[in-house]
Amino acid sequence: MRKALSLLLFSVLVSLGVTAWGAEKTIKLGVIAELTGDMPAVGASCRNAAEMAVKEVNAAGGLKVGKEKMKVELVVEDNAGKADQSAAAAQKLITQDEVLAIVGPNASRYAIPASEIAESSQTVLITPWSTNPKTTLDATTNKPKKYVFRACFIDPFQGGVLAKFALENLKAKKAAVLYDVASDYNKGIAEVFKANYEKLGGKIVAFETYTTNDKDFSAQLTKIKDAKPDVIFLPNYYNEVPLQVQQAKRLGITVPFIGSDSWGSPELLTLGGADLNGYYFSTHYAADNAAPVAKKFITDYEKAYGAKPDDVAALTYDAFGLLFDSIQSAGKADREAVRTALATLPRYQGVTGDMKFQADSRDPIKSAVILQIKDGKFTYFTNANP
Amino acid sequence: MSEAIVYWLQQALNALQLGSIYALIALGYTMVYGILTMINFAHGDVFMVGAFFCFLAAVFLGLPFAPTLLLTMLGAALLGVTIERLAYKPLRHAPRVSAIITALGVGIFLENFTLALAPYPKNIPALLENVTWDLGGVSLSSLQVIIILLSLGLMFVLDYVVHRTPVGMAMRAISWDKTFVPLMGVPLDLIISVTFAIGAGLAGAAGTMYALAYPVIDPYMGIMVGWKAFISAVVGGIGNIRGAMIGAFILGGVEIMVAAFFPSTYRDFVAFTLLMLLIVVRPYGILGKPRTQKV
Repeated sequence: MRKALSLLLFSVLVSLGVTAWGAEKTIKLGVIAELTGDMPAVGASCRNAAEMAVKEVNAAGGLKVGKEKMKVELVVEDNAGKADQSAAAAQKLITQDEVLAIVGPNASRYAIPASEIAESSQTVLITPWSTNPKTTLDATTNKPKKYVFRACFIDPFQGGVLAKFALENLKAKKAAVLYDVASDYNKGIAEVFKANYEKLGGKIVAFETYTTNDKDFSAQLTKIKDAKPDVIFLPNYYNEVPLQVQQAKRLGITVPFIGSDSWGSPELLTLGGADLNGYYFSTHYAADNAAPVAKKFITDYEKAYGAKPDDVAALTYDAFGLLFDSIQSAGKADREAVRTALATLPRYQGVTGDMKFQADSRDPIKSAVILQIKDGKFTYFTNANP
Repeated sequence: MSEAIVYWLQQALNALQLGSIYALIALGYTMVYGILTMINFAHGDVFMVGAFFCFLAAVFLGLPFAPTLLLTMLGAALLGVTIERLAYKPLRHAPRVSAIITALGVGIFLENFTLALAPYPKNIPALLENVTWDLGGVSLSSLQVIIILLSLGLMFVLDYVVHRTPVGMAMRAISWDKTFVPLMGVPLDLIISVTFAIGAGLAGAAGTMYALAYPVIDPYMGIMVGWKAFISAVVGGIGNIRGAMIGAFILGGVEIMVAAFFPSTYRDFVAFTLLMLLIVVRPYGILGKPRTQKV
């Protein structure tokens, strides 16, 4: 029996060795994106940018890992806009496809469950767009997760930026908030905005909620109208914001609206049209005011996909940049080594600005921009550091 | 007007708009149940397809409001009849649970078929110039007026058809007895088709109005709205047309009032609890009558 077992073990080892020897040297990287479900535009941008980043690296001969060049292979999984499928996709990528690292999911409500799987399986996961602090924090100890990173700023920063913007730039002393209470991202940033706005001397006159997939906001908006705010904050996703603004206008609400980075998809303009003209939102980068590093990315992306890259695309591209750099500096295709290299990466110059991870945090330090919607376009308005 | 009155009038208008749309969909559930004692769970998705027909007519054909509405109703009616002929008719003598499973299957088919063709949410252009009147603080939009009046109009027409015309009489007769009424020369298949056509056509109208009021549409929009309309029909007394309308306005009213008083997370919870209590007190719904099952 023992002999049979050791023989089996031996043959398995041999076959493993043979396949590793015989196969072309590639590195597998996973992507989890919202390709279907309620925010397919986010998933499409993520996949496009991922494919572009990988194509560029492979065209240059691959990544230099140690002494040899290795090609990158991309495995894209759809999470169907569902939390459980995000976790399942992470599980599949890690155990079945045996990827070296994962990029995505993007929305916080999907990134949080996927990050739990990555953390427990000790595989690096970089979420491009999830700004909720919980994504990179351990739920029980509240300490940073070891393997989960992000390529964007976090909501406490963004909420602070927006509170300051509303008070100082818009001179709005009274604000109302309408947010999706069932979504981690929306709820997190609404609360941070409220705390910061009140700390800076503003007054929150209405703090109204709804639940994902609601279409009728008339009761809440009527309440908001009754409270007479100077500005209304909608930290909600691009597929819901147009409905909220249109219904508010029909109820005779005329005050300006502001939003957060969840507004940043070009789909917002298709769905909302002229109703959104003149409003502001905070986001990760401005395509019309980008650094030289970003210019090349923007032209290449436009050439490949016929549209300006939105913030998800830019952040996904940066997430891959971070990953490529850390794989090369790790010098071997090993999950643990890549993790260490990523955490200690020196300043990285990305499309969305410079970033660097601090020793005790998985959230990069970077700045935000405020964009204004003007004539159906996102236009750079100002830089923002709280 | 005092501010409180303005506020509550505004909320009442919101409720009336929501209730009108629920009512149009609830009618389809109740009519099919009345005739076939079958719950057509695909009905919410017919409503969704109606909204997409509206999108096609408005964007690709560039039609104005009235032709869009007519075309959508016609398309939805055709879809309803096709579904009945292909999916439900072969099962008319099968156990009722088979028909319900088929209905669920048809619903899932419609959702995923639409998803395959239109994975992105679609925006419906403003077909009507939106005017908002300010009546002493209460905002009344032209869209609200059209939705409420059109829904009420369609409901009155339907009520007239069912209670005052030969077709309506045939429908009521068939819902009474499916064995002997056909023997007296009432064309069973035709009347059932007409029922599905009317029900689906109304869902198409609801889809158009919903798409105008909430102009971002997606393939899953019919699920929750469909359930709510179904519950309206049950509360009003399923099989009873006037009951479905009453049920829908009650549900719309409760939903708006709950969201106005409590955090909106409580909305479905409070609304459905109230409706369950109502069902406990009146198991056959508000206008429903207890019917002894023939064995």
